[in-house]
Amino acid sequence: MSEAGNAQRAATIAVLVENEAGVLARVIGLFSGRGYNIDSLTVAPVDETGRISRITVVTSGTEMVIEQIKAQLDRLVPVHKVSDLTLEGPHLVRELALIKVVGRGENRVEALRLADAFRARVVDATTESFVFEMTGAAEKIDAFCALMRPIGLAEVSRTGAVAIARGPRGLS
Amino acid sequence: MSAATKPASTEAALTMSGAEVVLRALKDNGVEVIFGYPGGAVLPIYDALFQQNAIRHILVRHEQAAVHAAEGYARSTGKVGCVLVTSGPGATNAVTGLVDALMDSIPVVCLTGQVPTHLIGNDAFQEADTTGITRPATKHNYLVKKSGDLARVVHEAFYVAKSGRPGPVVIDLPKDILINKAPYTEPPIAAHRSYRPQTEPDAEQIRKAVRLLKAAKRPIVYAGGGVINAGPEASRLLTEFVRMTGFPCTNTLMGLGAFPSEDPHFVGMLGMHGTYEANLAMHGCDVMLNIGARFDDRVTGRLNAFAPNSKKIHADIDPSSINKNVPVDVAIVGDAGRVLAALIECWKAEDAPQDKHVLTAWWRQIDEWRAKDCLRYRQSGKIIKPQHAVKRLYEITKELGRETFITTEVGQHQMWAAQYFGFQKPNRWMTSGGLGTMGYGLPAAMGVQIAHPDALVIDIAGEASILMNIQEMGTLAQYRLPVKVFILNNEYMGMVRQWQELLHGGRYSESYSAALPDFVKLAESFHAKGIRVTDADDLDAGIREMIAYPGPVIADIAVAKDENCFPMIPSGAAHNEMILGEDQEGGVAGVTDEGKVLV
Repeated sequence: MSEAGNAQRAATIAVLVENEAGVLARVIGLFSGRGYNIDSLTVAPVDETGRISRITVVTSGTEMVIEQIKAQLDRLVPVHKVSDLTLEGPHLVRELALIKVVGRGENRVEALRLADAFRARVVDATTESFVFEMTGAAEKIDAFCALMRPIGLAEVSRTGAVAIARGPRGLS
Repeated sequence: MSAATKPASTEAALTMSGAEVVLRALKDNGVEVIFGYPGGAVLPIYDALFQQNAIRHILVRHEQAAVHAAEGYARSTGKVGCVLVTSGPGATNAVTGLVDALMDSIPVVCLTGQVPTHLIGNDAFQEADTTGITRPATKHNYLVKKSGDLARVVHEAFYVAKSGRPGPVVIDLPKDILINKAPYTEPPIAAHRSYRPQTEPDAEQIRKAVRLLKAAKRPIVYAGGGVINAGPEASRLLTEFVRMTGFPCTNTLMGLGAFPSEDPHFVGMLGMHGTYEANLAMHGCDVMLNIGARFDDRVTGRLNAFAPNSKKIHADIDPSSINKNVPVDVAIVGDAGRVLAALIECWKAEDAPQDKHVLTAWWRQIDEWRAKDCLRYRQSGKIIKPQHAVKRLYEITKELGRETFITTEVGQHQMWAAQYFGFQKPNRWMTSGGLGTMGYGLPAAMGVQIAHPDALVIDIAGEASILMNIQEMGTLAQYRLPVKVFILNNEYMGMVRQWQELLHGGRYSESYSAALPDFVKLAESFHAKGIRVTDADDLDAGIREMIAYPGPVIADIAVAKDENCFPMIPSGAAHNEMILGEDQEGGVAGVTDEGKVLV
């Protein structure tokens, strides 16, 4: 056991699944039933027929636990492919967030200035609120929300991470 | 999939009801027997069953028993067991059996009725979210919502249940789907879209394994239920491999029979109640070959002290079993039979000589451990020792030479059966290993007897466990199944009592079997024969009378009440810290607080 180590690492895992009833419940049930962490999880159909969905799950654990998570996912009957993007090399991770900021006066101006710096877009505005849309790594969204908090952050909705490997290699 | 399935001619296809399609699909998947219990939601299937002769239905008395019977059928034949229960309570009663089959990797297909599709989600009468409830209780499950999917789903369920690491599969069938006309398609030939288990081992890993094994000074083969699941040929290959290499071999509880117990290479079962020699050989080995076992906590004891100086090779058909509890040096994914065949071939092809001299030294060490005779007990006086009862049962059945199948319930009697009953062939031993389900043995024995009508089928039971599915005596009577129930009656939930003695200061909280029935009268009221034996001198006669009787029998054997099951690795201890019986030196060691939290 000792050589396997107790060091924790994060893993971004992409799972291609048959898009059938209950498949998401199977994946989530596996994580809760076996006591694994889910930091975020996203799912949507990704092929032209709508038969295949891609689940991106961000988790963490010891190397042995992450190997176990991948093996457990892979043995689910509707799972086509499991890929540990973190382990397999350079990859992009993006998350979409909608961020509502409420305020008047100088705070509104400051909110717009910060949004500009973070390349967040205004997608809704009233005289006392903005909704910003931004994409980026989770840390960038975290940082943006932290800056907005003192100037009127009212509500945040985030998708969780989606990820893809860099380069020509595809996952299928 | 569509390219691979040949639709039957379209007009013919739509003359069948969903229920008829289900039965046809079962038949085309080789089902001859189905264990079940009717109810409102499955009435269409029962109506279709009534009008055909291809599939025999066995009416159980409780849905849990239907699943255990299907497990007994599956484990003794290598086929898929089949179950039919109704919606709601029918399905929830089956859950224990399903989890049992999941833990022990037994192929079972369980059809559950469901309320009609338009009522799903309305809290209708006898509605339960069966796919939701059974999702973690099965290898896979299905809810059929379209008649067009019905035949494909049944075919797929059989494929999933029996391929790769076998397991239970549930098909939830809404009543309207069973009544409406549905098309029939033949079983598919093409591969499943996503589920394709690897059965053929990687040649490089096999070579690595053989190199380690050839250089081993203190090797051991540790074989489990995966060898049994891979079919009788795998057991034959295991025996060939062990004899060819001269290695010692131990079996898990699930693996008993995979290697003949009377072969001198066999060092007995390993684990919590395994033999001294098997556990010390595991602890002291330098190369371990695990085939089809999963480093279960009953087997490993304290993980950080498990076989500390060994290289480990693990062959398993389920990649998630590898490196789960114990990190290994060589991982081989594949079917146990294919792995063994490849190992034998590679062993013969590798030039490296085997050092027989060091192996002799290892055997000398093992023989020293064997000389402890860890299963020794003293039978004296009139009180029957439970170990003696099992040993005599084994010896008498051996002398009679009949094809014999043993099932058990769960507890001390189960461990004594594993220790004192020898198995020379696979598929003769059915016990609830992973889940430890009391009440397993009697229904499992029913399933075995259905599959092997002329064989001697004995459920070695405890007086507490047997009461958990005692209603199945009715099934034995109805189908004239000559199952023998051999109760080791110590008037305690013996294993609970043993743990209370060893770990909880002898406070026997709620473990006494109070108000027991008169098992002789109970047998008679179920049209069976009852025998009670209380004197050691009458034991053999009682066993012979039980076996000779042509119908079902309950033999109630009064045994020593306070006998403990030894040897034992206390929870949280290592293999080399095992405790032997009271008759042996060492006595009963204390258990640490850390060990106490373990089950």
